[in-house]
Amino acid sequence: MSHFERFGVSPDTMIHAAGVRKSFGSLEVLKGVDVTVTKGRVACIIGPSGSGKSTFLRCINHLEEINKGLILVDGDFVGYRLQHNRLFQLPAAAICQRRAEIGMVFQHFNLFPNMTVLENLIEAPVRVRREPIVQARERAIGLLERVGLAEKKNVYPRHLSGGQQQRVAIARALAMNPKVLLFDEPTSALDPELVGEVLEVMKDLARAGMTMVVVTHEIGFAREVADQLIFMDDGVVVERGTPGQMIANPASRRTREFLGRVL
Amino acid sequence: METAGIKREDIGLESSKAMVESRLAADMLTVVPLRHPWRSAAVVIVLALVALLLYSVATNPEFQWPAVGHYLFNPLILAGVGMTLLLTVIIMILSCIGGTVVALMLISSSRLLSIPAKLFVWFFRGTPALVQLIFWYNLALLFKHIALYIPGYGTIFSIDTNDVITPFTAAVIALSLQESGYMAEIVRNGLKSVGHGQTEAALCLGMKPSLLMRRIVLPQAMRVIIPPTGNETINLLKTTSLVSTIAVGDLLYSAQSIYARTFETIPLLLVASFWYLAIVSITSIGQGYLERHFSRDEMATTGSALSTLQAHLFSFRKRVAS
Ligand SMILES: Nc1ncnc2c1ncn2[C@@H]1O[C@H](COP(=O)(O)OP(=O)(O)OP(=O)(O)O)[C@@H](O)[C@H]1O
Ligand SMILES: [Mg+2]
Repeated sequence: MSHFERFGVSPDTMIHAAGVRKSFGSLEVLKGVDVTVTKGRVACIIGPSGSGKSTFLRCINHLEEINKGLILVDGDFVGYRLQHNRLFQLPAAAICQRRAEIGMVFQHFNLFPNMTVLENLIEAPVRVRREPIVQARERAIGLLERVGLAEKKNVYPRHLSGGQQQRVAIARALAMNPKVLLFDEPTSALDPELVGEVLEVMKDLARAGMTMVVVTHEIGFAREVADQLIFMDDGVVVERGTPGQMIANPASRRTREFLGRVL
Repeated sequence: METAGIKREDIGLESSKAMVESRLAADMLTVVPLRHPWRSAAVVIVLALVALLLYSVATNPEFQWPAVGHYLFNPLILAGVGMTLLLTVIIMILSCIGGTVVALMLISSSRLLSIPAKLFVWFFRGTPALVQLIFWYNLALLFKHIALYIPGYGTIFSIDTNDVITPFTAAVIALSLQESGYMAEIVRNGLKSVGHGQTEAALCLGMKPSLLMRRIVLPQAMRVIIPPTGNETINLLKTTSLVSTIAVGDLLYSAQSIYARTFETIPLLLVASFWYLAIVSITSIGQGYLERHFSRDEMATTGSALSTLQAHLFSFRKRVAS
């Protein structure tokens, strides 16, 4: 079900977050976050440690339940069914189906160590989407070629470098044909010389029209790829805009200070 | 330039005469291993003690070795071996299932599940196996009948407790419950050893909790679960000898029932020990295979002959890699 009209959201919006609040116990981590990401566009989120960037990403795919506000992914709720102004919590199986359309790439890759690279890629398509193994393998090999790792298909993750593992993780997320990809600091755990190969893959995806939300400390990458740069601090979006304008000419003092520290 | 078999390429283009000479000098060095005189002395002493022991065991007529040989393959003894194996296998299977269920309850975020599970583990690990065994055996003292009664409808079925609780079922129930308590702790430790990132990654791929438990968490937890489970199996194998007290015909009971007639106590205990040792040894070998199977991603990328053999022996899941 699409609720674009009801909430006054343009149908080419992939992610629409409005007034999102989230607390852990008495600690309020998100204090009313509004973010809109258009289909086919790339949004980069920057901000100091503890500002709630990861928490916000995890709210988008309903790994965390929000306390207030609304998040629509392609016009629908991930964890609820809307009926007569009431949000009914969905059962786990239904949430999983919706979540499968939202890919996520983690700082620490989180590949399945008990499976080879190829098995990592076909696990979800075969088990979740019931895709025939032969077809899933064919697609997986295609994806591995796309991230430049076709020859590593029968290797276990622990024999790969960090950069290679992260490229496999991206391919694994792509194997589910997601509508949108979320990245949580995908290069922060990598040795500096391995960062480039992962960013290259991400730039490729951006050029191919994938909708992406990227939490990153790579300002250079954001400047080059992002359509929208979002600066978060202390649980709120302090400033947003095109990267060129924001980096050259930050409107807020907090943004200026943060950029001064990372650039 | 070529000096005594060392080629210029071996040393690099920068090689000077001095480098070649130092290389030659280095090649002439040999390492003299450190001697361990105390270790050799200890070996001699241990060997002497073992020899003395073996000599006395072999020559002491009280051991009655001929009688040991006579009873080793006695049909009653072999039936006892079979019963011991049967009990071990059934109880281990039941307690693996029970232990996993209790472990999942233990780690559940719902107190309604975790508190009963904690009580279960506390109770069944805290009371001796022998006490529980006798308790279940005497269940009929507590409940004369086992019945299912629905108010307003009447009794659906009713049976005499003594018809259900035979010595065998009492043994299976008592030891399975006890063992489930231990297995729950083992499985829980295994589940905890799998990082949270794995669960999260699987969830993000749209896997349901039950699927990700089965495909992602449990297989990784196995590596931590298998070694202590092997030890538990071996322990259980020996613990089953307790069932001889409630007249289940296991290995020890068979031996006892023979020496009760013939008074050849020592040889029959030796026969029982021989079989226990034999089964335990075979179990240990199986445990080794299982351990290697579940840590195969830690082995070389290209499978050795041994690991290929294992893949055939233990092909629990469909291989999908080409
Ligand atoms: N599950 C949780 N329980 C309690 N507090 C949490 C939890 N997850 C996050 N927090 C807290 O929420 C705050 C925001 O965390 P978050 O991980 O979203 O920050 P971040 O912007 O991603 O920071 P970083 O750049 O360090 O990754 C932190 O103070 C953190 O301690
Ligand atoms: Mg973070």
